[in-house]
Amino acid sequence: MSEQNRLSVYKTYKLYVGGKFPRSESGRVYEVTDSKGQWLANAPKSSRKDARDAVVAARKAFGGWSGATAYNRGQVLYRVAEMLEGRKDQFVREVAASEGLSKSKAAAVVDAAIDRWVWYAGWTDKIGQIAGGANPVAGPYLNLSTPEPTGVVAVLAPQKSSFLGLVSVIAPVIATGNTAVVIASADAPLPALSLGEVLATSDVPGGVVNILSGATAELAAPLAAHQDVNAIDLTGADTALAKELEIAAADNLKRVLRPQPVDADGTSDSEDWPASPGTHRLTAFLETKTVWHPTGALGAAGSSY
Amino acid sequence: MTMASAFEYAPAPESRAVVDIAPSYGLFIDGEFTEAADGKVFKTVSPSSEEVLSEVARAGAADVDRAVKAARKAFEKWSALPGSERAKYLFRIARIIQERSRELAVLETLDNGKPIKETRDADLPLVAAHFFYYAGWADKLDHAGYGANPRPLGVAGQVIPWNFPLLMLAWKIAPALATGNTVVLKPAETTPLSALFFADICRRAGLPKGVVNILTGYGDAGEALVTHPDVNKVAFTGSTAVGKAIARSVAGTDKKVTLELGGKGANIVFDDAPIDQAVEGIVTGIFFNQGQVCCAGSRLLVQESVQDEVLDALKRRLSTLRLGDPLDKNTDIGAINSAEQLARITALVETGEAEGAERWSAPCELPSSGYWFAPTLFTNVTQAHTVARDEIFGPVLSVLSFRTPDEAVAKANNSQYGLSAGIWTEKGSRILAVANKLRAGVVWANTFNKFDPTSPFGGYKESGFGREGGRHGLEAYLDV
Repeated sequence: MSEQNRLSVYKTYKLYVGGKFPRSESGRVYEVTDSKGQWLANAPKSSRKDARDAVVAARKAFGGWSGATAYNRGQVLYRVAEMLEGRKDQFVREVAASEGLSKSKAAAVVDAAIDRWVWYAGWTDKIGQIAGGANPVAGPYLNLSTPEPTGVVAVLAPQKSSFLGLVSVIAPVIATGNTAVVIASADAPLPALSLGEVLATSDVPGGVVNILSGATAELAAPLAAHQDVNAIDLTGADTALAKELEIAAADNLKRVLRPQPVDADGTSDSEDWPASPGTHRLTAFLETKTVWHPTGALGAAGSSY
Repeated sequence: MTMASAFEYAPAPESRAVVDIAPSYGLFIDGEFTEAADGKVFKTVSPSSEEVLSEVARAGAADVDRAVKAARKAFEKWSALPGSERAKYLFRIARIIQERSRELAVLETLDNGKPIKETRDADLPLVAAHFFYYAGWADKLDHAGYGANPRPLGVAGQVIPWNFPLLMLAWKIAPALATGNTVVLKPAETTPLSALFFADICRRAGLPKGVVNILTGYGDAGEALVTHPDVNKVAFTGSTAVGKAIARSVAGTDKKVTLELGGKGANIVFDDAPIDQAVEGIVTGIFFNQGQVCCAGSRLLVQESVQDEVLDALKRRLSTLRLGDPLDKNTDIGAINSAEQLARITALVETGEAEGAERWSAPCELPSSGYWFAPTLFTNVTQAHTVARDEIFGPVLSVLSFRTPDEAVAKANNSQYGLSAGIWTEKGSRILAVANKLRAGVVWANTFNKFDPTSPFGGYKESGFGREGGRHGLEAYLDV
């Protein structure tokens, strides 16, 4: 049988929640098309219930992931980059179709995304030294500030940059030990759903990253109001939605990373994804814990050690 | 009790003469004291005697607008000054505060009700140290870890509470000015005086007009300030309820926000702790400043095997605390800050009793005028009790017990808040393991309620976000 005559196998895209690949509990799907309107696949249209399930999975995974050593998290994230490298062709295809890019441009985007994983993989065991340290208090105390992960972070992935942007918002959140519930780009969710398959085979514990596809506003509302979500990254929200979500997020004082204002024509994300990202996405979801320890004074007169 | 009487102290009041309180004060806007636009005033009283100390202007929305305009106007030049020049203004302020420290301590004790021992030995030294610390940052911001030449935000709207009036002012104003912002600050309505004295210090230091503006007033002025469209930065210390309202009000704006809110700190005593030291730490944790401290150790978690021993020692110690005239140098427990706060504490304590917790209050006589509450503790407290969940912000300790370190950590973390915690044990590895698991911004091991300008302070969860103090405290005032 010649190549042309073989009927290809379509892929059923599924959510990635708690390390498993469920369909939406609602049974809903929506049609995903390429930039020219050609049908690509049916993606699950997640429900509020799916969002809540994802929070439960993320919370369950938080203790183990935040308790893992920074070195271990770095190795796991580096493993993600390795797995991505091996599946590059698939991501180039999906990015090209989703974003209307030529194959070579899409390949450059995927390369940049893989390099971004590597960049963040290297941060896991360095951010503590950059963001923490000993403070020279005026007294007999060792005073140490340490950054710790905030907890469960809801992430609204950018709407346009379906892969480089996606990687750029997920990797910093989990590099520091948070767990994430990610809402993929509504119109271009396929790279995100495929990323779930990579994460599942990269030693990332189930529940550390949970990926939902569907209508951004419908999924973001219950996450912004959820009492067991600690922070929210509003990158993928437009101005009106971001305001609404920030108000809801105030109810349990979630840490909020506001979006850059969306371009007037709405055709691109206003963030410059290829640019060097700096550390602000790492520090946005860190808490600083400061511990005081008495030091005493060995051998000094009146020593109390 | 016979022991107590054998050690009666003679009164040792600090002299009131070192401070000269004017009968009335205006708002401090653009370097001048001025009346409120609508001419409104309010009285500030001494909570220990209910004596009226002064009458101060009550800011309204028009005054807020005027102050923000003054701060905006001053911002251009102030932010363009070399950091080394800004530093020298702050060093001047720090020095003047040190020189006038006794006067300010007495003033603070009169207006707030807290013991002179605390204002003299804790509040004022920390206020001066805070200005001194941030003064040194002003010309070193390139090296603070936020990239080269980090820029200020603009006009900072700052709203502070009444529990440490001048110290909270220092926490807000020192980093704001060091980084090149200008400020409009609203002190609490029950403690306006030290901020107004600070305005005078700014003038003495030659600080350019409009860099610091002080608006005395109520919550409406605070709301007008944080919602003002030309404010770039909001810094608030106070209740979680108001903090949430502020977080809602800034949604959709570019305003940078830091919130330092309530707490229900767990003070965990393990069975190997040095009991006498732990008891002193428990007392410091919850009775410092009459418990009106957001990071107070208001939940005592004591290991079951030493519970009776700790409680006996604690009650014995509480019976020796001296409650009374805050200006007396021997006083341990001063007045509650206001009638309103006293009513809140009283209501929560009544709820505690009604829900079945067992109340014990130190046997001490309360003065006949002023606002007073005896040091109180509750036993038979469960995690479901209101007194174990809600911040009381008064001299009231809720005692719970635990058997294992895991149980202690679980109970400590079972709170909407996450500001502070204490650990008492002789075992170093246990300190580190427990500190690691506590979801709290400040953890004190074998000590409590220690503060320092170099040490970042702030909460997890609903205790707010952002840090004040240290290198971390700069971030809140920089466009980074």
